[in-house]
Amino acid sequence: MASISVPGSTTRARVTPEALSKGRVAVILGGTAFLALAIYYLVGVDEGMVSLFGKTMVVHEWVHDARHFLGFPCH
Amino acid sequence: MEIRIILRGALSGLVAGVLGFTFAKIFAEPLVSKAVDYEYGRDAVLTALNQAAHRTAAPAETETFSRDIQSTIGVASGIIAFSVAMGALVAVAYLVLHGRFALRPSRLAWLIAGLGFLGVYLLPFIKYPANPPAIGHPFTITTRGQLYLALVGCSLFLLGLAAYLAVKLRHRVGVLPAVLIAAVSFLVAYGILIGWMPPLGDLAANVAASNQFGYARAVTETPQPITNILPVPLVIDGKTIAPGQILYPGFDADVLWKFRWYSVINQLLGWTTIALAFGALLDRFIIGRAPRVVPGGVAGEDSAAGEESAPEPNERVPSAAGPP
Repeated sequence: MASISVPGSTTRARVTPEALSKGRVAVILGGTAFLALAIYYLVGVDEGMVSLFGKTMVVHEWVHDARHFLGFPCH
Repeated sequence: MEIRIILRGALSGLVAGVLGFTFAKIFAEPLVSKAVDYEYGRDAVLTALNQAAHRTAAPAETETFSRDIQSTIGVASGIIAFSVAMGALVAVAYLVLHGRFALRPSRLAWLIAGLGFLGVYLLPFIKYPANPPAIGHPFTITTRGQLYLALVGCSLFLLGLAAYLAVKLRHRVGVLPAVLIAAVSFLVAYGILIGWMPPLGDLAANVAASNQFGYARAVTETPQPITNILPVPLVIDGKTIAPGQILYPGFDADVLWKFRWYSVINQLLGWTTIALAFGALLDRFIIGRAPRVVPGGVAGEDSAAGEESAPEPNERVPSAAGPP
């Protein structure tokens, strides 16, 4: 894992931190945080207090045991 | 570099999730089965009792997936997804914070995971602990959800403030006193917060339901024994139920204790795995590459650069910003 190859670039040994602009880093971090929070929401909250997909219980019932064991409020 | 570090965080979360699922399958699922059995028995008694008293009972739940699915791939996907998400969040927090402290990458990862365990799970658990099925009234789910998420948010926010305080104070009073001051301040603030938040039993909907069969005024929503709360005897299936007579027991205290205890262990296991695995991967990834950096080249110019010219693996850095 010492060498990193960047698509479209020549074979450089490693990427310097400057290779990623601050804006791109912000997008990567923000996007990851958003995805992670979406998973947290789907596993822990959806189809309980609020529901993304209307009055269904599919996600809720699927992760039911995990929701209880992970400490989320459930019925 | 950012994406590769996030992937390492997610990978650590995956390992943690597989371990967490294994633990849950062995230790939690037998308790969940007992709780579900209790719930079915309770619902049946309540239905009979309400019919005998000519009251309307709450509708029974419908089953979407069988218990076999819920207790295997259901719980597996839930715990693994949660752990991957937490691993990724730890990596994001690491990327935001790294380079600001003279800490080995793994030590910073441990600190973040430790704070994550406290803020995401353990601190909210103190006020609103994990519950097995059968505990938690369907008609209060919205309020309970809002309270729980608010407490998770407040826990993380106060922890962040405390960590910031410790970091700011550490040069003035030293690391240990700074951490102690921050910890005590945190405990006072958090104590006030959870003292102010309502116990679930005091929610308006629960107070209103306390004159129903199977409900009673209580601090929590843990099911109380079902008794005949009417002043007159009731007849169910030819049997007379005297006023005050218990028809069905309250929730088994041992099952509840074990479920919560295992829930804590499960989260501890998950966050510890994330901390150790992500920390080890980080040290290999960042310190392992360090000799390639030209000494003094870009130090301090970018957050990542400071990290890469950071200490050698065997060197201990004294100015840590938190507890071990």
